[in-house]
Amino acid sequence: MIYLTRKCEFSASHYYHNPDWTDEQNRRVFGKCANLNGHGHNYTLEVTVKGEIDPVTGFVVDLKELKDILNREVVDAMDHRHLNKEVPEFASRIPTTENIAIAIWQRLADKLHVAKLHRVRLHEMPDLFVDFYGEA
Amino acid sequence: MKAYLTREYIFSASHRLHADGLSDEQNSSVYGKCNNPHGHGHNYSLEVTVSGQVSPETGMVCNLVDLDEAVQHTVLQRFDHRNLNMLADFAALVPTTENLTEAIYNILKQSFHSAHLEKVRIEETSKNSFEYAGGETPCR
Repeated sequence: MIYLTRKCEFSASHYYHNPDWTDEQNRRVFGKCANLNGHGHNYTLEVTVKGEIDPVTGFVVDLKELKDILNREVVDAMDHRHLNKEVPEFASRIPTTENIAIAIWQRLADKLHVAKLHRVRLHEMPDLFVDFYGEA
Repeated sequence: MKAYLTREYIFSASHRLHADGLSDEQNSSVYGKCNNPHGHGHNYSLEVTVSGQVSPETGMVCNLVDLDEAVQHTVLQRFDHRNLNMLADFAALVPTTENLTEAIYNILKQSFHSAHLEKVRIEETSKNSFEYAGGETPCR
């Protein structure tokens, strides 16, 4: 089994707000992230897929195809967007790094034909990242 | 759904690698430059990985403020800008990064309870890194 990781970047804005809570509760739990005017990050996404090496091509996955899927499903949908307002998953879920990683997994999982999705790693900052392996 | 969150912290400390059970010559041979009696230092990069169910209320595995506070109070204040050889943690242990990694894992296991501590990873230099997951295979 070979694991292959492809990286891409996108920049987006967001804020954290739980509509069931008071403003005071939101500020207390989410701190500066609760500012409803939003703020932004340069996200770095690493997608790891796994599979056996195709004896003919020597590939686990066609990188061009993986890049096209990442661009279509993630970058086009999230780059230079406001996650709360423009990405449907976050109409009802708070766009934390955890939830963005899960949403990216859900967007990608059934789009890969040859290789299997192993891990989504999403860096919000150079010193903070979340891994999601599709676990319930 | 279960997610893994990793946060990086930096601290700087000095140490000297020297085992009391070995002769001076053996220490010099085993530890090389790290056995210099005057010690030397590193900027350590510490990665702490925690895991748990993502809360539907907050969208988080745990509040980063809680993790930062635990690491600040129990790890960084203890080791940053210190000589590791002078600390009680290393009175009977050589302060290799292997031993430091285990020590920090054990400290955080005691002090941080807002999520499951998965592993601690320390880069001593950009070329050396060490991971400890309490005896388990670290998540990848």
